[in-house]
Amino acid sequence: MVNQVNTEPKSRADMPKTPYSAPVIGSTGKTGSWRTFNPVIDYDTCNRCRTCWLYCPEASIDLDEDGTPHIDYDYCKGCGICAQVCPKKCIEMVRAGQEEAT
Amino acid sequence: MKTLLMSANYAAARAIVSARVEVVAAYPITPATTVPEQIALLDEEGIYKGEFIRVESEHSAMFACIGASSTGARAFTATSSNGLLLMDEALHWAAAARLPIVLANINRSVSPPWNIHVTHDDSMSKRDTGWIQFYVASVDEFYHTIIQAFKVAEDERVLMPVMVSADGFVLSHTVSTFDYLEPEEVDEFLPPYKPPHWVMNPDNPVSHGNIVFPEYYQEFRYQMHEASKNALKVYEEVERDYKRLFGKYFGGPIDQYRCDDAEVVFTSQGTVGAEAIDAIDELRDEGYKVGAARVRMYRPFPVEPMRALASKVKAFASFDRGVSYGFGGHVANDIRAALYHSPYRPIVKSYIGGLGGRDVTVDDIKEIILDTVKAVESGEMGPEETWHDLLE
Amino acid sequence: MVAIREMPLKEFVLKGNAACAGCMDTLALRHALKALEGKVIQVVPACCTSVIQSLWPKSGLGVPILNTAFMAAAATASGVRAALKAKGREDVQVMVWAGDGGTFDIGIQALSGAFERRTDFLYVCYNNQVYSNTGTQRSGATPLYAQTTTTWYGKTEPEKMLDLVVAAHEPAYQATANAAYPRDLYEKFKRASEIHGPKFIHVLIPCPQAWNYPVELGVEIGKLAVETGYWILWERIGDKFKLSPQSKRFQDPAKRKPIEEFLKLQGRFSRLFKPKKDEKKIAELQAYVQHRWDVLMRTFT
Repeated sequence: MVNQVNTEPKSRADMPKTPYSAPVIGSTGKTGSWRTFNPVIDYDTCNRCRTCWLYCPEASIDLDEDGTPHIDYDYCKGCGICAQVCPKKCIEMVRAGQEEAT
Repeated sequence: MKTLLMSANYAAARAIVSARVEVVAAYPITPATTVPEQIALLDEEGIYKGEFIRVESEHSAMFACIGASSTGARAFTATSSNGLLLMDEALHWAAAARLPIVLANINRSVSPPWNIHVTHDDSMSKRDTGWIQFYVASVDEFYHTIIQAFKVAEDERVLMPVMVSADGFVLSHTVSTFDYLEPEEVDEFLPPYKPPHWVMNPDNPVSHGNIVFPEYYQEFRYQMHEASKNALKVYEEVERDYKRLFGKYFGGPIDQYRCDDAEVVFTSQGTVGAEAIDAIDELRDEGYKVGAARVRMYRPFPVEPMRALASKVKAFASFDRGVSYGFGGHVANDIRAALYHSPYRPIVKSYIGGLGGRDVTVDDIKEIILDTVKAVESGEMGPEETWHDLLE
Repeated sequence: MVAIREMPLKEFVLKGNAACAGCMDTLALRHALKALEGKVIQVVPACCTSVIQSLWPKSGLGVPILNTAFMAAAATASGVRAALKAKGREDVQVMVWAGDGGTFDIGIQALSGAFERRTDFLYVCYNNQVYSNTGTQRSGATPLYAQTTTTWYGKTEPEKMLDLVVAAHEPAYQATANAAYPRDLYEKFKRASEIHGPKFIHVLIPCPQAWNYPVELGVEIGKLAVETGYWILWERIGDKFKLSPQSKRFQDPAKRKPIEEFLKLQGRFSRLFKPKKDEKKIAELQAYVQHRWDVLMRTFT
């Protein structure tokens, strides 16, 4: 009954009577494009403590079952909080465009 | 249906029981106060089965109604004058959120100075908010129009909030008989409210009210305009159903009395329209071909019915119990605008009076009508606007 | 204290929203919604969150969001709760998520009314100490000497102690929290979700825009707020008051870091250090820390 609209209308007929929106990832687009620094995790040092996941304001760190964190670079805004809070200091903020080839 | 005897305000409180309203949020203000007082009593005695929020201001009252209606509940409030003005932002909000809230407004002067008597400025100044507006003239009409208001508001072609205005003290506190309907009798006419478009529910999360950029805002507003205009047709259907189910009819958007062969028609809103009946009868007895047209539905403006009426008459004596400062009577000017591009353009003489509760008697109305009759007979319109009974 | 491992993975703050990089509001909201398991109708007045949720027709938040006018949050929430009651749905939390503007200043009347009526809801003030949505003007929550766009040379009055105002309404649950302490925040929201009646949680939100610091220092500055004794973490269940473990240590002034360490990282206090260090004003702010501890402990114990 509730119109689950979250695509932009092509005509007035597609528009609801009043602006209500449906939840969707990437509501403001691929915010990864905002970054000037990319967080890079050293998985050898990482002890899967999940602290980075806990503190990420964007919820753009995904966890494997064993707690291995994966940065979602499509949406990570590059704030650097994960690098700051990591107890093992194994996240490095690398200037975008200057990453070493892995 | 049974006959009860009580004031218009108390009858309004009964209407929300009959209409199975689920949430009321209201704040006291003279002369609307006895509406929430009576609802409080009915609530505490278990006769009103919904929730009653004893809010701390009128702004909060309308936003509480908005919160409730957004969560799928049938919501209602009552207020007057400064209280209506205080909730102005909320009125705009409810209309643009397309929430079918009903508000009983008891017309009263806005301040300063303090004046607790009837003037129509309060609701008239809210005519641009998108709220559908009715003006009533009897206890029975007030009670039933409130019930009808929910039906109009909740219709999918409308989904706009509705304001029903009654004159302060002259009507709100006048005790009269009216025909009361039990909730079970109303059920067939007014089924439970089911929001057809959006509702707050964690089982199906949506966000209402996000930013809309210039690309689309205009189209949302266009839809509101169309929806408001739809209300005319919807109200026609509503009155037809009401007549069929309850044998009652209040005259449609313009309640006309002896207009069919009238040369001069007196238009007005609210209780002055009821007094006009006697004035028309007396003038008719004196040989004048006059009629009265009480504007019941003011927004959307009943353009076609007004043009149809204009096709039959030579002049309108249009009475406003309020004024839009710097331009004149609200309804008189709207009538003129509605007629401007129609082939029927009788003169429209505007009369402003009855402000601050100044009495408007049958003799006052006769005087006004005869002033317009004189204009017709002499061929000279005279002043476009006259303030009636103004102190020299 | 809940272990990170025990915290649910499901996200209700959806990545790719309109929040600034390093926004501590979304950090707090992430964990608040996890604690409530998303079973909530969230009422949001005009504030940063009403922009963070993104533009129609997309929402960056995975729970029902009812936007409302700036001063109306608590009143709208009262209406939502009444409707839920009328429909027999007792299992849904009603939560206001309002900034300091919509709580301390323009929204205080509605807040007071809703609490006095014992509305069953959770009012969350996420406080970054300015009117942030309109571009960081001063609010009733802005601290003394802080620079904002309407107090360019520093605010001349201290922030009002809103927690005392709320406490005067005798809520069923009241707490302070801090976005830099997400596990403590999570637990407080969990506890609140199990209590009926009017509830209030006051969350300190460091803000890279308003407080003017390098974005990555959000958590560090949030922690300094507690470690200097400036922000006190506590909760009150009914009239049972409890200092939270993270703040208990700092009841002793000797254990607190000097307030300077908190101030010097923030551009909004830069006039206290440049061109010349203003020892007098810093001392005032330092004394103010003890003053707030005194008032708090005197009121609740």
